[in-house]
Amino acid sequence: MNAIAKTSAPEAALHTEALDVRIAGVNLSYGTNHVLKNIDLDIRAGEFFAFLGPSGCGKTTLLRLIAGFNTADTGTVSVGGRDIGNLPPWKRDVGLVFQSYALWPHMSVAQNVAFGLEERGVPRADIRRRVATALEIVGLGHLADRRPSQLSGGQQQRVALARTVVIEPKVLLLDEPLSNLDAKMRVQVRRELRDLQQRLGLTTIFVTHDQEEANTVCDRIAVMSDGIVQQVGTPMELYERPANLFVANFLGTANVVEGRVAGAGADRVFETASGWRLPVMSGIEVPAGARLVFRPQVARIAEGGDGAPALRGEIVRREFLGSIIRYGIASGGQEITVDEPFLPGQAQHEVGANVAIDVPASAALWLA
Amino acid sequence: MSLALSGASSKPARPWRLPGTPGQITLALGIGAFLLAFLIVPVGSVIYVAFTEKGTGGFTLVNFADFFRTDLFLRSFWNSFYVSAATVVLASVFALPLAYITTRFDFRGAVIVQTLGFLPLIMPPFVGAVSMQLLFGRNGTVNLLLNDWFGFRIPFMEGLNGVIFVQAIHYFPFILINLSAALRNIDRSMEEAAQNLGSSGMRLFRRIVLPLAMPGYVAGASLVFVKVFDDLATPLLLNVKDMLAPQAYLRVTSIGIADPMGYVISVVLIVVSVLAMWVSALALKGRDYATTQRGGGGLARRRMRPWESAVAYGVVGLILTLVLAPHIGLLLLSFATIWSFSPLPDGFTLAHYGRVFGESSLYIKNTLIYATLAGGIDVVLGTAIAYLVLRTKLVGRQWLDWAAMAALAVPGVVLGIGYLRTFFDVRMPDGTPLATLWIVIVLALAIRRLPYALRACYAALQQISESLEEAAENLGATKARTVRRIVIPLMTGGILAGFVTSFATAAVELSATLMLVQSNADAPLAYGLYVFMQSAAGRGPGAALGVIAVLLVAACTLLSQYILDRNQKNRGAAR
Repeated sequence: MNAIAKTSAPEAALHTEALDVRIAGVNLSYGTNHVLKNIDLDIRAGEFFAFLGPSGCGKTTLLRLIAGFNTADTGTVSVGGRDIGNLPPWKRDVGLVFQSYALWPHMSVAQNVAFGLEERGVPRADIRRRVATALEIVGLGHLADRRPSQLSGGQQQRVALARTVVIEPKVLLLDEPLSNLDAKMRVQVRRELRDLQQRLGLTTIFVTHDQEEANTVCDRIAVMSDGIVQQVGTPMELYERPANLFVANFLGTANVVEGRVAGAGADRVFETASGWRLPVMSGIEVPAGARLVFRPQVARIAEGGDGAPALRGEIVRREFLGSIIRYGIASGGQEITVDEPFLPGQAQHEVGANVAIDVPASAALWLA
Repeated sequence: MSLALSGASSKPARPWRLPGTPGQITLALGIGAFLLAFLIVPVGSVIYVAFTEKGTGGFTLVNFADFFRTDLFLRSFWNSFYVSAATVVLASVFALPLAYITTRFDFRGAVIVQTLGFLPLIMPPFVGAVSMQLLFGRNGTVNLLLNDWFGFRIPFMEGLNGVIFVQAIHYFPFILINLSAALRNIDRSMEEAAQNLGSSGMRLFRRIVLPLAMPGYVAGASLVFVKVFDDLATPLLLNVKDMLAPQAYLRVTSIGIADPMGYVISVVLIVVSVLAMWVSALALKGRDYATTQRGGGGLARRRMRPWESAVAYGVVGLILTLVLAPHIGLLLLSFATIWSFSPLPDGFTLAHYGRVFGESSLYIKNTLIYATLAGGIDVVLGTAIAYLVLRTKLVGRQWLDWAAMAALAVPGVVLGIGYLRTFFDVRMPDGTPLATLWIVIVLALAIRRLPYALRACYAALQQISESLEEAAENLGATKARTVRRIVIPLMTGGILAGFVTSFATAAVELSATLMLVQSNADAPLAYGLYVFMQSAAGRGPGAALGVIAVLLVAACTLLSQYILDRNQKNRGAAR
């Protein structure tokens, strides 16, 4: 299983180069269903990039568009500065690893891997060498003569990967590559994927609906929803400074407090219906109709209180998650989540307690 | 961090593109032309002639009025109807106990029953007819024994009874297969849920099991009805002439190709076929109960009490004996010296086989050529149509599928008449009419069997995940290369199954062939059989030929099973 780390860099035998991918003004509709809306993305050479979003957001459609299985109504897709929009799939040199792996059951592992080279008319001896190299990269050299049906899920996935990288694609596309693996394999394979990508230096696009996968593996992420790219950034940027409520909610847990911002300039203040007020830090942009958003770990719980107007509520839930304790606090018709670190010996709050939630103004996000 | 929020955007127009590659369009047009020339035009001409006035060519219903004014035709119509309905009933009597006992009880020998149950299908019904005469006829084995011991006879084979009896034995497997499958597909949890809510015994059977199995039964029953209604050879061999298919044949062969009555009868045959299929489609519509669920199984099987077991074995034994009677009779007849007015033949000989292999090997050779060509045409067309329908976006591709399936509703007699009508005027360069060439027989066989091969190919392609093809394209294979290296190899099992089905059934087909065979030198096995069986002296060699036909078809069926099994194993569970 650790074969990838142990081999003496067989990937040196594959000649891959890092190219940038540029998607500009792409629109795509199925009938009246507008699936991709004005997509603009610049993916840098050698970057591990993710399309992240819930199912139906258009991320797989966009990936298949790059591979040539969908056709855009408008817009261009270029790889390394060359427009590939009018090429059929078989001329694109864009390697796609399918979610189902799509290994051909009537061919052995080696035959599967050799397929793309045979179609390219590579000489026989070279095919044999490159197939062996590719299988070695994924640590499956000893299974070359097996049928796909005789392999485990993780092994099938590596064969699919070997089959794709062996053609030395210009870009590597991964369609939910971890979704058919069990939880433990998933963590291991995603590390291997990252490792392989680094060694090959291939520009890689990874489609997933799982924020943890995207966060741990990718350099940058495009968060998609409803056919629109909501935000692009590094995992930390997206978490720290989400562009809107969707991104804040999709990446991690976010508390959203209804209310309105009154005043202007340095005197801006956020006020809820119950009368609690929180000053807005100067210099922060507050979009129209914005609500207060904060992460569970930035707030603190204070029991009792001095009677001053505060964000108050009753603890209705307490979940022990190991390193933290997660409290659910019913406040003004909604539930607010607050995480406190679990430190041995420290007193905890009881369910039913009436508490005040202390939100530091510096940690507040104002999102619409 | 870059923000790429996009606002409202008007839907832009997609640039116009050809709906498929030039290759796909050419293929579709070619198949369309083939179906047009060899199915739609011939059948259309039959319908056209039925509605036109002889001489003037104007539209008329006079021919139909004549049909309904003629006693013979009316009687033929009701006879055909009666025979078909009675066959369904009798076939159900054979099939119901077998299906019920083997699926609902722990019954040893269930596998044997299910296997032997298919045997009648591999013998053309008219072949069985002769041996049934010898076993069940007025002076056949059973009646001679009955008369000796009890002094009475049962008119199994008198007139229409004979047709019903022979057809029921031949076609009951269709009901058995469909009904068994339907019963097996009922999930145990369906029954258990009913038991959990307080239902049991007959009520459970009537309210849950029966309704769930009904669509399967109706599908099988309507198929039997159509087959019997359209069958030409069995009534002819049993010398029953006042049924519709024989009347159509006799009108065209005795009065001539210009006589409108043959065409009118053809239209009636088509209408009844379409109606029966419509009923079947109606029965199945929205009731394609796929109730088998994860971790579930078929219906719960019950152990039988000893007396139940005895009754069950008795019933199964009796039915299987009846079902196998034609085969046993045929085998005896093929070795018999003389078999007349005696329960068993007087003596045994190999002379008939010698004669068949000596004089009649031509029939066997012709059959092999015709059936191979027909099967080949069918799988090529079937694969191509399945691919066009499932994998391309060509406009009107569904029409190819529908046109090919329409052949199901065209009785063999009708296709034969249509070919004679359409291709007699088409002359070859040397002046011989196209209709007299043996290739026309091949085409008729191919069209008749195309629906079966098409469904087999269709199912095979449906099982292939499209991502397997996309993976090939992604790695550099063009559409055509993908078809060759991925699609066809993965479809092999289904294509072979389709070929064997077409081959085996084409090898024993007679309805269309009877019309189209112009000289003995071009005749296939089924035709030779028919000719032999016409005379008492020819029965021995005819039976020998029949045994050969049965063995041929049986070998093909076993072969296809073997291939399918191996294919399944090779591929494993990976999809």
